Amino acid sequence: MLGPLSLGVDAGECVCISGPSGAGKSQLLRAIADLDPHDGEVLLGGQPASSIKPYRWRARVGLLPPESHWWLPTAGGHFPGGTPVAPAELGLPEDIMDQPVERLSSGEKQRLALLRLLANRPQVLLLDEPTANLDPANTERAERVINRFRESGSAAVIWISHDPAQVARLGCRALRLADGRLQEQGVGA
Amino acid sequence: MILLSHADLSIAAAMVIMLALLSLRLQAGISRQLLVAALRTAVQLTLIGLVLKTLFANVHLGWISLMALFMLLVAGREVMARQERRFSGWWGYSIGTVSMFLSSFTVTVFALVVILGDSPWYAPQYAIPLLGMLLGNTMSGIAIALDRLTQSAWQQRGVIEARLILGARSGDAIADPRRQAIRSGLIPIINAMAAAGVVSLPGMMTGQILAGAPPVEAVKYQILIMFLIAAGTGLGTMSAVIIGSRRLFDDRQRLCLDRLRENQ
Repeated sequence: MLGPLSLGVDAGECVCISGPSGAGKSQLLRAIADLDPHDGEVLLGGQPASSIKPYRWRARVGLLPPESHWWLPTAGGHFPGGTPVAPAELGLPEDIMDQPVERLSSGEKQRLALLRLLANRPQVLLLDEPTANLDPANTERAERVINRFRESGSAAVIWISHDPAQVARLGCRALRLADGRLQEQGVGA
Repeated sequence: MILLSHADLSIAAAMVIMLALLSLRLQAGISRQLLVAALRTAVQLTLIGLVLKTLFANVHLGWISLMALFMLLVAGREVMARQERRFSGWWGYSIGTVSMFLSSFTVTVFALVVILGDSPWYAPQYAIPLLGMLLGNTMSGIAIALDRLTQSAWQQRGVIEARLILGARSGDAIADPRRQAIRSGLIPIINAMAAAGVVSLPGMMTGQILAGAPPVEAVKYQILIMFLIAAGTGLGTMSAVIIGSRRLFDDRQRLCLDRLRENQ
């Protein structure tokens, strides 16, 4: 159960949230994406979520859940408008779009899910451990792609990470969620 | 028509008892259920026979409506009981019942007034059997379809949410389970129509022939009934699935699986 908490993120800003398992980090992101009922108020550019159609809100406030789900036979089917960056930039093979989804590894799916989310051009990225299944080289690639997206599209990013080195690398404002409360920990702490 | 005596029925009952003894020997664990079901058949059908006899003797719209309402409410309970995961609260009962009412009653009244055109239009000899056949089939279709809808929504909740997250409207996010549910509700009647007369001789037609009706006339009735059942089942299944798939989301189009509960 999350206590009363308040969080503001500027356009183009990145905020990292860490904290023990079960503290409610994912729950917080799901509430911001308006996937679960909650008593709080979420605003985007001063507009409350309740004043925006839910599907428009979610397209603009994009959540990347820890687990990805696919509903078409091939990966490429999920990208009707093409990919926002070349799959190779995330260390994915060129022919990955023709592969059946069930043959992809969890790391490949995680990176494809990131691509799929970025293809929506959201104004806010809610990333729930986006590099959890990735090796160091691919983690770095994913960080680079996300940072570039944030800077070029002035997207606000909330990033859940358990890795202090990653938080330091990203140079984000660091927060810790524990006992239902958010605590500031400085930059890259 | 050859009239059946109690002795005739006793011989048939003896066969069921023999089957129960056989399954007891084979330890199939089904003899008790078998006997209870056979007993229910005898009691329920005897009662309905008496009710119909009274109804036929006193043709009154009020009595027939009461009978129809009773049939509807029992069918509604049956739809709810057949769900592995059903909607909690009043919804669990009303989605199926309202859909059955909309489809079976509309199609039955339409057939009675426009197609059969007897006077009065609610003559129980036609109204009750017609409604019974429609309700029975619509009930199965709706029960199968709702069960499929809630099961697939539960199993595919990750996919449904993934589509919501990417900005899909709730109707698009649930499109696959909805389509699967409507298909599975309609497949039994489609199969029955496809196999009618070739693989199986439909019960109503057989009954009319046994009662001495000319086969060609019995066949015409059977075709009529098949089409009415298809229309009723299709209408009922679609309305139940549409109401149900809307109920799976709240006003902010969030997937609300907490509105389902497992049937014990």
